[in-house]
Amino acid sequence: MSAPVIDIRGLVTRFGSHLVHDGLDLSIPAGEVMALVGGSGSGKTTLLRQVIGLMRPQRGDIRVLGQPLFSGDLQADRVLRQRFGMLFQQGALFSALNVLENIAFPLRELRWLDRETIHDLVMIKLAMVELEPRHAWLMPAELSGGMVKRVALARALALEPELLLLDEPTAGLDPDRSAAFVSLIRRLRDQLGLSVVLVTHDIDTLSALATRVAVLGDRRILAEGTLDHVMKQDHPFIRSFFGAARHAGSAY
Amino acid sequence: MGVPTVSFEMTGAQPVAVLSGEWTLTGLRGRLDTLRRQLASADAARAGHWDLREVTRLDSLGATTLWRAWGDRLPERLEADPHTLDMLRVAAVLGPCRPAPRMRPRRGDALVALGRLGGALVAQLLGMIALSGQILFDAVRMLRFPQDAPLRELSANLYKTGVTALPITALVGFLIGVVLSYLSALQLKTFGADVFIINILGIGIIRELGPVLVAVLVAGRSGSAMTAQLGVMRVTEEIDALVTMGVPATLRLVLPKVAALVAAMPLLVLWTSASALFGGMVAAAVQLDIGFGFFLDTLPRVVPIANLYIGFGKGLAFGLVIALVACHFGLTVRPNTESLSSNTTRSVVSAITCVILVDAVFAIATRHIGMPT
Repeated sequence: MSAPVIDIRGLVTRFGSHLVHDGLDLSIPAGEVMALVGGSGSGKTTLLRQVIGLMRPQRGDIRVLGQPLFSGDLQADRVLRQRFGMLFQQGALFSALNVLENIAFPLRELRWLDRETIHDLVMIKLAMVELEPRHAWLMPAELSGGMVKRVALARALALEPELLLLDEPTAGLDPDRSAAFVSLIRRLRDQLGLSVVLVTHDIDTLSALATRVAVLGDRRILAEGTLDHVMKQDHPFIRSFFGAARHAGSAY
Repeated sequence: MGVPTVSFEMTGAQPVAVLSGEWTLTGLRGRLDTLRRQLASADAARAGHWDLREVTRLDSLGATTLWRAWGDRLPERLEADPHTLDMLRVAAVLGPCRPAPRMRPRRGDALVALGRLGGALVAQLLGMIALSGQILFDAVRMLRFPQDAPLRELSANLYKTGVTALPITALVGFLIGVVLSYLSALQLKTFGADVFIINILGIGIIRELGPVLVAVLVAGRSGSAMTAQLGVMRVTEEIDALVTMGVPATLRLVLPKVAALVAAMPLLVLWTSASALFGGMVAAAVQLDIGFGFFLDTLPRVVPIANLYIGFGKGLAFGLVIALVACHFGLTVRPNTESLSSNTTRSVVSAITCVILVDAVFAIATRHIGMPT
């Protein structure tokens, strides 16, 4: 097994008197698609925000791609953040910039690529997420929900990350589009050799995409492993969450 | 990590191009220009055989660089890993399409810009007139259905725009009064015309300075807040949600703001003028030895009461203008952050400009009224 892309040890998170994570350990191996699932309020999104460095945990150690997120060295921290891409739930596109500028933004921030190259790279990224060149001139407000996700994915992939984090990638999409988006992510993952971590509560997305599953509950990881392994665990949440899945699965 | 390289080996008549290393965003950093030159060299042009088997990784930057160097096509003889080939095929989506050249200013652009500005001004004016009409309709509707009257919003807005503005307007009014009185006193002393300080302060503050001062403060305080609030409600589709529930947006959001500001402004004018007069009185007592009793006794004799009414009238008009401008710009925010910020700026600037314009109209219309004879 190769080195873990994300390594979390003894994580403690507390909001006031509310304890969210208590000594949580999780290690995500490279090349896997790891799905984080859990009931509402189990701290999935909080965990994801800590992994990308938007929140500092009160206690515990998080290493991403083998390095700590807050090393104290500003340049190292910045380079580390360029090595992973994040797809936010609502896309989080810059509303004042058009699609082209949105995808070009991280590339421009490198400050050593010329205009023509950036334009070419953006066009490639657009094609990768199955959008057409003419979409490059639209503003985020003019895009449909599915297109926003695709543009946001293209932006997350702009710097050729090794690790892709997805927060509810299919939330708000109809089943058709959601299936198409899942197959797009799967294809890109194979093509680019990405490690993927996703937070989801959609069982179809989970079963179609994830190679491993980690279940959050009771302030720690309840179970972690392949989908089959996790589904065999005996815990009320796992039973109810995947119980619905068994029915849904048999319907296909 | 392998450094990306390209070398040309002579085997037979044609050179073979051998590429190796990491052709990726990180690998190519700082080496892109050198490699591009090598790829554009004569050797590369003659190379009939490209060997990419030594390339450990190739991402879209590497693929783009090669694709463009090959003149937007794959070379006839190409050896590469399937994965590398895949990436190169991805680059094949690149057409000859290049970014549009940067816009350069041309002659006549200034004229076009001026025309656009005029057009925009007319459009804003029409929008403002339409909004006023809508508010009128809403007012009529409210008379027919009194239970629809947004009384809570009215009271909330009165508190927000009126009551919470009291401390700042009093402070600014007091300081302006002190400054005005102090500067005038210096001049009047040299002419021995000390008592006229009361005339100057009375007419100046009650008729002119009080209303304009309040208007500028309120435009910056409440006008910007109204624009930002309506703007964000538009961006987050809250206004659409309101309309969907059958609540007319102008009735619930705009009318209470306009009505509250129209009601609050004359009172704020009174309050600020009083505060400014008090400041002037204090400075006059210190500078010219004019007692409070004498000041208050003389004030009504030298300042006709009509000036107070003019001040009230200005307060009403300024309140209407500020609220209308602020709501108009708030409702025309487009759903992006840039538009929100530019509309808030425009709202404050236009409101203050309109206030000065209306003030000029007042000055002309009331030039025969309230002047001491």
